Amino acid sequence: MVKITILEAINKALNYEMNRDSSVVVLGEDVGKEGGVFRATEGLQQKYGAERVVDTPLAEAGIVGSAIGMAINGLKPVCEIQFFGFIYPAINQIINHASRMRTRSRGLYTCPLVIRTPYGIGIKALEHHSESTEAYFIHTPGLKVVIPSTAADAYGLLLSAIRDPDPVLFLEPTKLYRAFKEEVPIDEGDKKALDKKESDKSGNITKTVKAGEYTVPIGKARIVQEGMDCTLISWGAMVKECEKAAELLAKEEIFPEIIDLRTVSPMDKEAILASVKKTGRAVIVQEAPRTLGLSSEISSIITENSMADLQAPVIRVTSFDIIPPLPKAEHYYAPDPYRIYRGVKKVLSY
Amino acid sequence: MLYEQFNPLREQQLQVMDKDGRVIRKDLMPKLSNDDLKKIYYYMVLGRAADQKAMNLQRQGRIGTFAPVYGQEAQVASAYALQQGDWVVPAFREHALALVRGMPLKNFYLYYMGHETGSVVPKDARILPVSVPVGSHPLHAVGIAWASKIRKEKNVAITYFGDGATSEGEFHEAMNFAGVLKVPVIFYCQNNQWAISVPRKIQTASRTIAQKAVAYGMPGIQIDGNDIFAVYAATKEAVDRARRGEGPYFIEAVTYRFGPHTTADDPTKYRDEKEVEFWKQRCPVMRLKKYMTNLGIWDDSQEKKLLEAVDKEIETAVADAEKTPIATVDEIFDNTFAQLTPQLAEQKAYLKKVMEEKKTRTQK
Repeated sequence: MVKITILEAINKALNYEMNRDSSVVVLGEDVGKEGGVFRATEGLQQKYGAERVVDTPLAEAGIVGSAIGMAINGLKPVCEIQFFGFIYPAINQIINHASRMRTRSRGLYTCPLVIRTPYGIGIKALEHHSESTEAYFIHTPGLKVVIPSTAADAYGLLLSAIRDPDPVLFLEPTKLYRAFKEEVPIDEGDKKALDKKESDKSGNITKTVKAGEYTVPIGKARIVQEGMDCTLISWGAMVKECEKAAELLAKEEIFPEIIDLRTVSPMDKEAILASVKKTGRAVIVQEAPRTLGLSSEISSIITENSMADLQAPVIRVTSFDIIPPLPKAEHYYAPDPYRIYRGVKKVLSY
Repeated sequence: MLYEQFNPLREQQLQVMDKDGRVIRKDLMPKLSNDDLKKIYYYMVLGRAADQKAMNLQRQGRIGTFAPVYGQEAQVASAYALQQGDWVVPAFREHALALVRGMPLKNFYLYYMGHETGSVVPKDARILPVSVPVGSHPLHAVGIAWASKIRKEKNVAITYFGDGATSEGEFHEAMNFAGVLKVPVIFYCQNNQWAISVPRKIQTASRTIAQKAVAYGMPGIQIDGNDIFAVYAATKEAVDRARRGEGPYFIEAVTYRFGPHTTADDPTKYRDEKEVEFWKQRCPVMRLKKYMTNLGIWDDSQEKKLLEAVDKEIETAVADAEKTPIATVDEIFDNTFAQLTPQLAEQKAYLKKVMEEKKTRTQK
């Protein structure tokens, strides 16, 4: 067990996979010597060389487009896009090529690649550095979209993403990168002594589990805390806001169940519906602009499937359909604990 | 090296054989046996005839919109310069050269009839599916070649695109990545001088397209793209050089499409018939035929036999393609991901149910 930040978890996961699988390569802007602008790839180039950890020219379509070719020809590229707001030049490659190659060639050619990028608001950044436009990508068939909100999930989901046979967009909430240290069930280092041995009844070793081996399945939500009064559904940095809202609500003896989707495409519908069945009320908390965000889809899914369970309309607490304001006015924009608290109170008023 | 002899900045163009099939540069003549020539000729004739058949089928509504290769058949000679294991990343006007790589002719018809399976070529053909978003696919060739370099393999990648594609941003990113990373990739621009209705001079203010290579730190050469000897010689030089680890290479093959961009446009609206006539005098198929006839290795009876064989091949391919069953509901869902997601499983089950219901309704 180690106690690390999300950023450290990502670095360790990359290191573990690069060490385990020589076909894994990392490419992006400033990922080599600099170790990435957030240091997510720090130390990797020194360890694995400039051929496997590549500082590319400054061109996002170039990074993703060439990663597609690499993936077709047997490598597992992990691209870093410096900020989510800079991914748009690569959108043609993602939508028109990476996500469709399997279908178009009926599986003859595939794109097992990962695109990692810092995502979301909350670090008082420059313009274009606070985007949470995951909906554009969730709307794309053939692409998986993952957003961890804890260090353990960042580690375990990144391992799963790299091993996934299809393209995965891996969004890392910038606000949470260094916000706290959390436990990740891995042991430090790659030393053989740390590997866990599993043995059968007569004591013969049947399996060796590597010290760094910890995966979280793509497509499965996490119950952050159980509760009976209302279901709070969220992902990314908003999960932490939901936890803070739950503290406010607890003072009034209101106990929401909090679900962290972790994977936003394909989404864990079963987990959502099971919780709504239990609580009869749902509030969806989304950092993205309001219109046609993932919360709208979740709301539809709940009403289509759980009408009989519902005791109140499904409420969305979201950002607004405006450009994310610059840092001075950023606090107006995204849901905060009070707005979430208010949303829960509203569904409880029916 | 050829690229050192023909400077695109001075608008010099490599031509080995003139428009009448006479060799004007014996010293640059690539090594091709008589059998090689006959094979190249066969693929060119097959490509052209297959195209004409597709055009007829399109007019009859038996095939969808497609981009004819008519006039650009010398592309065959470039694929002929590749080796087994090399990769081809095409745009959408490369079905003649795809045949050289082992794409079954039936696949050409399948794809344009509307079957995804048309893109499923034998594994060792190593040709990617047609790429419709213009100029975005050269990056895939860069990545493929880059992977080949990282994995210490000797395979190169070649990508084909038109003059219009060179205006797209991703084309420039591909050129830049290839130059910086020194990957074994060949950029083969089929400058057919028209991007639908827009002439080459509106695409770029450069005097040649080949000169763009200079800025990306790689050799660039302009060639007569209707001269199979120039096409073969330049591609061979590029491929050999890339295989030696000396990096990317850019070829601008000046050619002309005799027909429309696709079956959906009418070229008489935007270009002069005289221009078409001028280029028809430089037809790549006719030139090779003249060369072989002058050499005494080709005559009318061989031509007749070839055309008959080609027609038969086409009839079989079309008949096979038309017999191919429509993709099943399973097929259109199951290839989205390696494993069906719960959402897709639900949607698939729904569609199957609806299809069943529709069937019973019509039976009543």
